[in-house]
Amino acid sequence: MALKLPIYFDHAATTRCDPRVVEAMLPYFSEKFGNSSSRNHKFGWESEDGVELAREQSAALIGANPKEIIFTSGATESNNLAIKGAAEIYAKAPAGQTGRGHIISAIHEHKAVLDPCKRLQREGFEVTFLAPGTDGVITADMVAAAIRPDTILVSIMWANNEIGVINEIPQIGKLCHDKEIVFHTDATQWVGKMPTDVERDHIDLLSWSGHKIYGPKGVGALFVRRRKPRIRLEAIIDGGGHERGMRSGTLNVTGIVGFGKACELCQHEMEHERERVVKFRRKLETELSRRIEVTQVNGHAEKRLPHVTNISFGFVEGESLMMGVKDIACSSGSACTSASLEPSYVLKGLGVGDELAHSSLRLSLGRWTTEEEVDFAIEQIVAAVEHLRLMSPLFDLHKEGVDISKIQWQAH
Amino acid sequence: MAYSDKVVDHFQHPRNVGSFGTSTDVAKRTDVGVGIVGAPECGDVMQLHIKVNEQGVIEDAKFKCFGCGSAIASSSLATEWLKGKSVDEALTIKNTQIVEELSLPPVKIHCSVLAEDSIRAAIADYRKKNGMAADSATHAATH
Repeated sequence: MALKLPIYFDHAATTRCDPRVVEAMLPYFSEKFGNSSSRNHKFGWESEDGVELAREQSAALIGANPKEIIFTSGATESNNLAIKGAAEIYAKAPAGQTGRGHIISAIHEHKAVLDPCKRLQREGFEVTFLAPGTDGVITADMVAAAIRPDTILVSIMWANNEIGVINEIPQIGKLCHDKEIVFHTDATQWVGKMPTDVERDHIDLLSWSGHKIYGPKGVGALFVRRRKPRIRLEAIIDGGGHERGMRSGTLNVTGIVGFGKACELCQHEMEHERERVVKFRRKLETELSRRIEVTQVNGHAEKRLPHVTNISFGFVEGESLMMGVKDIACSSGSACTSASLEPSYVLKGLGVGDELAHSSLRLSLGRWTTEEEVDFAIEQIVAAVEHLRLMSPLFDLHKEGVDISKIQWQAH
Repeated sequence: MAYSDKVVDHFQHPRNVGSFGTSTDVAKRTDVGVGIVGAPECGDVMQLHIKVNEQGVIEDAKFKCFGCGSAIASSSLATEWLKGKSVDEALTIKNTQIVEELSLPPVKIHCSVLAEDSIRAAIADYRKKNGMAADSATHAATH
């Protein structure tokens, strides 16, 4: 079969909605259009049935009780609700005062966690942002060392979105439970790809999103533990008291139905899918490292998601590399690809030098990735790196044996 | 961001890629001016080599660039414009002309600035090697 170009290697950004998900959603646009809160007629009931099935499907994927699932607009909202909602309830001092409590997170979290934490800092909470080692992993020991008597909340992502590195989540969860500290994890990149059990893994609050797991955009969920311990949250959206009062607003029934279906499909296909993509990821990493000198796979070698790889190719800049691999849709940590013109703060957080951060590509594979696509990508990346290195003054210096880090550059 | 066709063309078919020797070689050559601007940690480094004849005319120019697509295109274009110009004429090339020619978006203007800087740096190097003041007009142009 002829390869369809461009190929999509950006599944960590978003995924195609699975046609089976779309099919499940379709009746909920115009046929079953009722408001799931309408308790007194058939229209309301059938929408409610759709939502409750989705609640069961979502809960099953993470080993939770359906009553512990709060539907939101996506992982950003789930993270905001978890972090701000828990901080408000578990605060040590009332609003307007300092010393309201201590929160632990990490410097390479997603902005949807960092920014709520920074807002809380301005509102009188103290926040410790842990720095990972060069492997990118946040360990239970790092969290343990940062815990204080006034620590009220720990928020550590399960797996990182840029490098795919997996943190020691079950151990951190256990630690927090032992110390009676609320534990939240942003599991957007993890859930649906890796087996999850909120009981076994000691999770209090867990965020995830529909569009990363072959569901629709604009819908996500927050798991809120109901027993041992019962976690309480202050709502950030007030209104009709939907979702046990934690998230008001008429439910996005169509989206929620799709979210549930996407969860169900992931549960059934996860194991097979994981084996398939991990083989492809390894092939990408092995072949690219073998064929291109001065190549570095960023992050821990083993503790990584099956479908995400982040590779730096020395002496070439990421944005031009993406121009060179025009038939591959992927991402880069290069400054030129970001709105801020700063290289990836995640890679910097790992101590990857700015120069190698500028030179990185993130390739993320998915449900429909084929070996043919992987082979094509390897050839195009090799060719693009060669093309750019012929132009690279840094590659010349490297070949001359000059240590680039020792040169005094005249930054402009 | 979508680039203009001209940027894509320079990126895919860069003109005058290369150098007139290793960094040690060109440091010794008085007919070659070397300009290296930018820094790897900023994500762009441009290297420009100009070969100047006895009449003070740039006979040939070569570039190498570590940077984004528009940085590569800006330096590639600069070498095209430099060839056949006297050193003084070369100094009249402005970054705004590069912006215009390549239709660079505002966020990429610094790439054109870097190209202008590399021209100035290469000429300054050439003049320094030949005992001329870096910022004054060359002898040939004072006539």
